[in-house]
Parts: sequence; C-alpha cells; structure tokens
Amino acid sequence: MRRRADLVLRFSRAERWVHRTTAALMGVCLATAACLYVAPLAELVGNRPLVVTVHVWCGLALPVPLLLGLAFRDLRADFVRLSRFTAVDRQWLRAVRGRAAHRPAGKFNAGQKLYAQWTLGAILVIVGTGLLMWLTHLAPASWRTGATFVHDWLAAAIAVVVAGHVRMAWRDREARLGMRTGLVERRWAEREHPHWRAAEPE
Amino acid sequence: MDRTDDESRGTPVGRRVVLGLLGLGAAGVAAGPYLQRAESALAERDPIGLSGLLPGNNGFRYYSVVTSVPERTEADYTLTVDGLVERPGTHRLADLRAMPQRRLVKDVQCVTGWRVPDTPFEGVPLAHLLDAAGVRPGAKAVRFSCFDGAYTESLTLEQARRDDVLVALRMRDDAISHSHGGPVRLYVAPMYFYKSAKWLSGITVTGAVEPGYWERNGYDVDAWVGRSNGRDDAPTS
Repeated sequence: MRRRADLVLRFSRAERWVHRTTAALMGVCLATAACLYVAPLAELVGNRPLVVTVHVWCGLALPVPLLLGLAFRDLRADFVRLSRFTAVDRQWLRAVRGRAAHRPAGKFNAGQKLYAQWTLGAILVIVGTGLLMWLTHLAPASWRTGATFVHDWLAAAIAVVVAGHVRMAWRDREARLGMRTGLVERRWAEREHPHWRAAEPE
Repeated sequence: MDRTDDESRGTPVGRRVVLGLLGLGAAGVAAGPYLQRAESALAERDPIGLSGLLPGNNGFRYYSVVTSVPERTEADYTLTVDGLVERPGTHRLADLRAMPQRRLVKDVQCVTGWRVPDTPFEGVPLAHLLDAAGVRPGAKAVRFSCFDGAYTESLTLEQARRDDVLVALRMRDDAISHSHGGPVRLYVAPMYFYKSAKWLSGITVTGAVEPGYWERNGYDVDAWVGRSNGRDDAPTS
C-alpha cells in the first residue's frame, strides 16, 4: 500500500486522459491496419469497408486529444519540458551509451523526450499521408502512391516503437502507476528523475 | 518551486525532430513512386521471399467485403448463366474444364497501387460462355454475382466479349485457392483488379450496365488500367 504522504504528483488528470485516449486511438489504428494488411488477419476478419471506416475515423481523431489538452496549463508545461534538451539530457544520453548506472534526468529523461517528439512528428506525418490516401481528389495519383509508401513504412515503424514503449512501461510498475493514478513515490522520483522537483499532491 | 524555467531554456531538439520527420515524410511522398518501384524490383529478384514481409510489399492482398466467405468445392460449385439469353444454364466445375481454355500471362494492377508482374491466368473465354448461351437482341451488358453474397461487378457486352476476359479456373498455373477467389473467378486483364470478381457464381446478361459493389462506392465502371480512377499506370493488356 502506498502512503499518500510519500507520493508526489507526476501527471494531472488532463494529461492522463490525453495519454489514455491517444493510446486507445493509436491501438485501434494499429489493430485495424493489421486487419487490412496482414493477409491471415485480413482473411479472418474480412469486412473491409467497415474496418476501413473505423481506421479512417480513429486516425483522423488521433491528434484531437492532444489539441484539446493544450487548453490545460500542466500539459503545456510538460509540452515545453519535452521539447527542449538541456545539459542534463546530454549527460543522460552519454550515460546510456556508456552503460553507466547514474543517469540524471529532469521530469522527463532524454529518451522520454525523444519518444514524445517522435510521436508528435509521426502522428502528423501518418495523418497527413492518410488524408492524401483518403481524399483521393486532393492530389494527383503519384502523390497517392508516394503517400501510401510513406504510410505503410511509417506504420510499421510506429508499431515497433509503440511496442518498445509498452515494454518499458511493463518493466516499471511505478511509472505505470504514475500514468494511471497521476501519483508516484517520492523515492522513485528522486532516483529516476533527480533533477525534477515535483509538486505535492493536491 | 518547479524547474520549468531551467528546462525551458535548452536546445529546441523537439522542434528539430518534428520538422525533420515532416521533411522526411514530404520527401518520402515525393520519392515514394520511385522507391516503391525499386522495392518491387527487389522483391521480384528475391529468391527467399523475405521481401514479402516488408511494408508496402509487392504481392496480392486479400480484400473481402463480408465477414466470411463460404467455401465451394468440386462437389457444390455451380456457375449460373441467365438473363437475356436463349439458353440459360448452370455449369459445374467439370463442365467448365471441358470447354475451350485460354492462358494469359499479364501484370495484375490494383487500383490501390500494388502490381504483380507476369501472372498466369487460365480459363474459359467469357465470350465462349456467352455464345454458348445465345445472347438475345437488346442485351447491352453483363452483371456478375459472387457466392460471398455481396460482391457484384459488371461489364458492357462489348467489353465482356474481349478475348482477354476469362472465367478463370487456374491462376499461377494452379487451381485458384479460396483466398484468391477460387474455385472460379473473373479475370478482366485490361482493367483494375477489382473488376476481376472473386468467387464468381453468376453471369446475368442485362439491358444496361448496373454498377457493381466498388462502383457504387465511387470507383470507375470502365476501369481501364492507366485510363481511369485518376491513375496513370502502364496498361496491363
């Protein structure tokens, strides 16, 4: 049992909901994509028009939670934290490369920052190429072929990176609790994010 | 007090990563057609078939509009020919095999972009089946139905009589498997592959073209490869 006095606030309610809804939408997009392009799954599921409709609308909705979340100050503050690299992040990257035990980090370590930045860029590109494939009158056919090419390869890359993200979470119970409840143990925060001075839970 | 101030003064790596990805994406869209061709060329020469696992791989993809398609075999497969004909009839697989056969080796082009080179199809020329049934005056088109219960296709009578339109019994010199639309599928060589209806079960001669499944969903009825659906692929036949 975790004692409330030992806990610090890591993620606000708005941030947790943005994470949850984005994760769900991304999960549905990846699952429906698999049903469209992995032959054995496609044969099992069939129903191509329905699967396409679900895929398209979940894909279009993918950036919406994040955009709505920008209305909240905590989320904007983390957005700023995630977008910039400081001296601490360069130390963290050196420590990872050298397999050192001491890996200094602020609220987010350099790996988490890179993951967040990749996710934002990848969502923009996958939605953009998806729009080119969906609204066929929008651009000439050669663009559609190019967009399909990028969409397919990027989708595979996203699947791999998301699997890595889930694996990291799987191995750290406290990090998972942080995203589920918003609260983490102070000792965990001091060990994993020594340069982060967390706020007390309200 | 939070250290947001410190953390907001670092290098804007995030902006660079996001803009870099957008740039890569745009470059990929521009170069995509060439890269896709290179990937296809590679897949053609690939002896171990590993390239089939690559995203955007070249090869047939399974498209079905219903949840599950019943299997039809030698024992229960029938092809009905009816509508504006003198002699409506029902053919079993053995009957179709006893008719004159034609083998064609051409590229298959899907309207979604994938292309499979030099694919052999073999079967009864559709014109033969139409002549055997005796098309009545006033007939203008042919409607195809499928035993998946949902898919339909259509051709004008003139298109249907072309010598590169087959009721195919074999594909890649083998019986057509269930997932490729077997035991019998239509093969319309000069058109995008959605015209080549899988799981063919009925041929109805009609007075006018009735748009098929994909055509009611916005695709062209006259689906010539390279001259329809806003695409400029090299013709297949």
